Amino acid sequence: MANLKPTVVVIEDDPPIRRFLRTGLSTHGFTVYEADSGKQGIIEAGIRKPDLIILDLGLPDVDGVEVIKTVREWSAMPIIILSARSAEQSKIEALDAGADDYLTKPFGLGELLARTRVALRHWLRTPEQNPTGEFTTGNLRVDLINRWVHVGDQEVHLTPIQFRLLSMLVQNAGKVLTHHQILKDVWGPSHTESSHYLRIYMSQLRQKLEEDPTQPKYLLTESGVGYRLKV
Amino acid sequence: MPVSILYRPVTITDMPDRPNPDLLLAKIEQEQAKARRGKLKIFFGSAAGVGKTYAMLLAAKERRAENMDVVVGLIETHNRKETADLLEGLEVLPRKSIEYRGTTLGEFDLDAALKRKPSIILVDEMAHTNAPGSRHPKRWQDIDELLEAGIDVYTTLNVQHLESLNDDIGQIAGIRVWETVPDTVFEAADEVELVDLPPDELLVRLKEGKVYLPQQAEEAIRHFFRKGNLIALRELALRQTASQVDSQMLDYREGHAIREIWPVAERILVCVGPNELGERLVRAGKRFAVGLRGEWIVAYIETPELQRLPAEKRDGILRVLRLAEQLGAETVTLSANEMSEAIINFCNDRNITKIVMGKPSRRGWKRWLLGSVVDTLISEAHNINLYLLGSPQPGTSRYEAELTRYRRDSQPALKEILRKRKKGYFWGYFWAIAVTVASSLLSGLMVGHFELANLVMVFLLGVVFTATRYGRGPSIVASLLGVATLDYFFVDPYYSFSVTDTQYFVTLAAMLTVAMLISNLMANVKSQAKIASHRERRATVLYAMSKELAMSQSEEEIVSAAVRHIHAEFGSLNVILLPDPHGSVSYPKDKALAESLHGSDLSVAQWVLDHNEMAGQGTNTLPGAQAVYFPLSFHDKVLGVLALLPVNLRRVFLPEQQKLLDTFIRQIAQAITRIRLAEQARNTQLQMEAEQLRNSLLSSISHDLRTPLATIVGSASALAENDGSLTTADQVELSAGIYEEAQRMSNLVNNILDMAKLDAGVIQLNKQWHPVEEVIGTVLTRLQKHLQGRKVNVKIPSGIPMIYADSVLIEQLLINLLENALRYTPAGSPLEIAVDVSPSAVEVHVSDHGQGIPKGMENKLFEKFYRVHQESAQSGVGLGLAICRAIIEAHGGTIKAQNRPEGGARFSFVIPLDREPPVMEQENL
Repeated sequence: MANLKPTVVVIEDDPPIRRFLRTGLSTHGFTVYEADSGKQGIIEAGIRKPDLIILDLGLPDVDGVEVIKTVREWSAMPIIILSARSAEQSKIEALDAGADDYLTKPFGLGELLARTRVALRHWLRTPEQNPTGEFTTGNLRVDLINRWVHVGDQEVHLTPIQFRLLSMLVQNAGKVLTHHQILKDVWGPSHTESSHYLRIYMSQLRQKLEEDPTQPKYLLTESGVGYRLKV
Repeated sequence: MPVSILYRPVTITDMPDRPNPDLLLAKIEQEQAKARRGKLKIFFGSAAGVGKTYAMLLAAKERRAENMDVVVGLIETHNRKETADLLEGLEVLPRKSIEYRGTTLGEFDLDAALKRKPSIILVDEMAHTNAPGSRHPKRWQDIDELLEAGIDVYTTLNVQHLESLNDDIGQIAGIRVWETVPDTVFEAADEVELVDLPPDELLVRLKEGKVYLPQQAEEAIRHFFRKGNLIALRELALRQTASQVDSQMLDYREGHAIREIWPVAERILVCVGPNELGERLVRAGKRFAVGLRGEWIVAYIETPELQRLPAEKRDGILRVLRLAEQLGAETVTLSANEMSEAIINFCNDRNITKIVMGKPSRRGWKRWLLGSVVDTLISEAHNINLYLLGSPQPGTSRYEAELTRYRRDSQPALKEILRKRKKGYFWGYFWAIAVTVASSLLSGLMVGHFELANLVMVFLLGVVFTATRYGRGPSIVASLLGVATLDYFFVDPYYSFSVTDTQYFVTLAAMLTVAMLISNLMANVKSQAKIASHRERRATVLYAMSKELAMSQSEEEIVSAAVRHIHAEFGSLNVILLPDPHGSVSYPKDKALAESLHGSDLSVAQWVLDHNEMAGQGTNTLPGAQAVYFPLSFHDKVLGVLALLPVNLRRVFLPEQQKLLDTFIRQIAQAITRIRLAEQARNTQLQMEAEQLRNSLLSSISHDLRTPLATIVGSASALAENDGSLTTADQVELSAGIYEEAQRMSNLVNNILDMAKLDAGVIQLNKQWHPVEEVIGTVLTRLQKHLQGRKVNVKIPSGIPMIYADSVLIEQLLINLLENALRYTPAGSPLEIAVDVSPSAVEVHVSDHGQGIPKGMENKLFEKFYRVHQESAQSGVGLGLAICRAIIEAHGGTIKAQNRPEGGARFSFVIPLDREPPVMEQENL
């Protein structure tokens, strides 16, 4: 990384929110570029070569999902979307189109910075950094190469599908995965509508991995959207 | 004739100059009604040719000169040149041509006149009868409609056309006038101008050919225009005008407190029967009433005997009652067993002071033996004066006979019925003979073994049998035949009608008397029973309809019930036409019933709706229409129109049938009014609730949004205007305050928006299969910060089926319940979530250890904007639980709140398991 300060492009049409994002992010070590429309945002994303895009879904000129698709044509840089409450469907569409995470308005600065960090870490991480393929969070340890799972000192036995599900979550640790993405990846493209499979297996995984399955610590449900493995 | 004199105390008020307020009020109302109506001016004369039309045209010219909008509706010039000249310069409406039996008649065009709507219209010859097919049979009815529309009318009338003078003029001139105008119409005229011409001058004019063409004039002078006639007619016209002026004077006195002491108004009862005297009695009653300035009532008392009258006689009574109505009387039909008793009761009820009736028909010994109504009244009705009218002249009865023949011919259907009834009679007489033959045969077997008295009993038995089955006539025949047979075959000398022994004579005479008495008694019993069953059936019919109407919940149900029941009773095809919001009638949109009338005339119905009067066949308005149209009105408000196509007009217009139909109509109108009022009340209630909701919403929102805003604005301004005096700690504290309050507002706004969306029904449930523990887990994770270390015990039995629900909404529900529990229970107290399962539902309980719910508030909690403590420091608009209820109801479930026996509240909601869970493929291990 040539520049130590990570660069962020904020695409948002509402000036007060833009101001809040600019102030909040720049005081926490980000270089911030702003755009007040989708088209302007795509141009900014092209010339500034940012490390992260923060994108509002409700733009006046283009649909936010279109912006994601355009950016994804040439870059895999993390995109965090901002959306209004109870608009699960648009969140899912954006996530399926390639967005990395979402924040529901109103949100606090702490929440924004946490999501930003997760996204950046995921983006900047290279496979060499973790040659053993071992992943740890809290009491949970997963080795994707040697295919074992430990909770504390106890080894946990998983069925092949349970393991496939867990490994997908581990590979995208901290990121939201939609039902659609998980189903497609774990069960194959023909099962994308059978979300109850996913829910049953997730429930089984929680029974095996969580201390109290009704108050999960690792396998979190993103209501109406999908799942996230907490890091 | 004994006549008792009535003394009545006359009330003298303490302020003799003050006019009676009730009378004044009535007068004001009358004037207001008149102000809306046009004014009627009648040019009144004694005979044709006195110059009425001429005078009318002169007056019209004057009005025209005063620049008033005068139009000639119709003028008969009778080819008189002076009259025709006067027409010049006046607008004349074209006549309406009506085809009738090959000839074209030029009639007055009422619709054109109503459309033209001048301020004054001239319509000649008020008594004219319109051509068949016109809206009204009579021209005075056309004039009435013009007045109703606010148009002033000038018209002409001859004295011989006045209804109440019909008899007198018939007697004077020997000529019956068919075209008559009801006296009420004449009396209601605002102005009557007498056009007078001495008889000699009239005769001169007649001879000069100024009235009729010369040949016609000759004829006329010989018949109607005899000098004696003309003098008599002139006198009548002058008198009539004088009495009109007199009543105007009376009105004037009433209005100006010029007070003479009038006795309390006389009430005159005119009793009419089924004889020819009816019309004369009515006319006499009218004149009597006018002379005495009293009210008058025409009554027909229907006794069982009179109910057996042939149909045409009953039609005649109907006609008499109609005439009475036209002359301004109130008419009633009383049913009673005893005529005199009914009359006395009625007189007591209505304070009748005078009775007018016909002379008793029974004379001589019959009257002495059987009595008469008149005699009973004389001895029993003490405070009432009786006036008796003599029998009609032979000449008039010929006219009546002609009239009857004319009417009978006009009703072929009636003849059919009469023939059928005769056939029924024939069978009765056949059986009377058969029964006598059977009795004789039986007696033949008995003779020699039994006394003659026993044979008499056999014959009497036969008479009783005939009387019970076939009525009076056949049983009388059976009695006579029985006596004759007994005498001929069984009384010595046999085979002869002569009687030798006088004791047998007594036997036979007694037998005949007993048989006759039995016949009469049985017939009376039978007819009483018939009447009773008839009445009972009527009551049953009415009860059945009112019951169904009372149960009806909508106008459609009422209409359908009404149509069915009217058909059941009157045998007619019916339809009820209701106006649309713009007040014009339209055909019903509902499916027609078998009893429905198709193709009713909407224009007639519209007329009925607008005028609140009946029309159509058998009535005075549009009698050419096929059906009869009745207004459905309640408290003077016309709700709709009943169109009824009768199989037989009599079934609708007989007094008792019409009364029944009136009751039906009233019931229907009442039911419709009830439904409409209920609907109105419901709407008002809804509006009130909405209003109340809006008010509580406004007060809640204004309070709950302002409180956090005050903190935010205050703290933020302190930060923004910071001149360096705020310490870092202060700044952090202020910022934290802003953050917390903003969070609170955010929740509030979310709740309001959620509720609005749920209320508006815009939320589409995204139902999917979810494990219950995942839903609970998600909620607990989201609430982690909010729980502030409170312990939440979750009890989920293993093997709980998945629920089919919108997880986002169910999570919202649980969050609201938990937040509610957190808000209203002491900090640190634990919460519990438990799940129960039954074959048909999953039930989730959220329990706390707080104070519980105040008694009786368990259901109120779920109402919008309800809070246990209004305006408390606890945040929240009182929407949380209302949202819970809306969510669970959208899922087809229920929610309830109760206090736990061990303390604290428990909220439980039920999600139904109404769907087969999805099949899961087992994973191959």
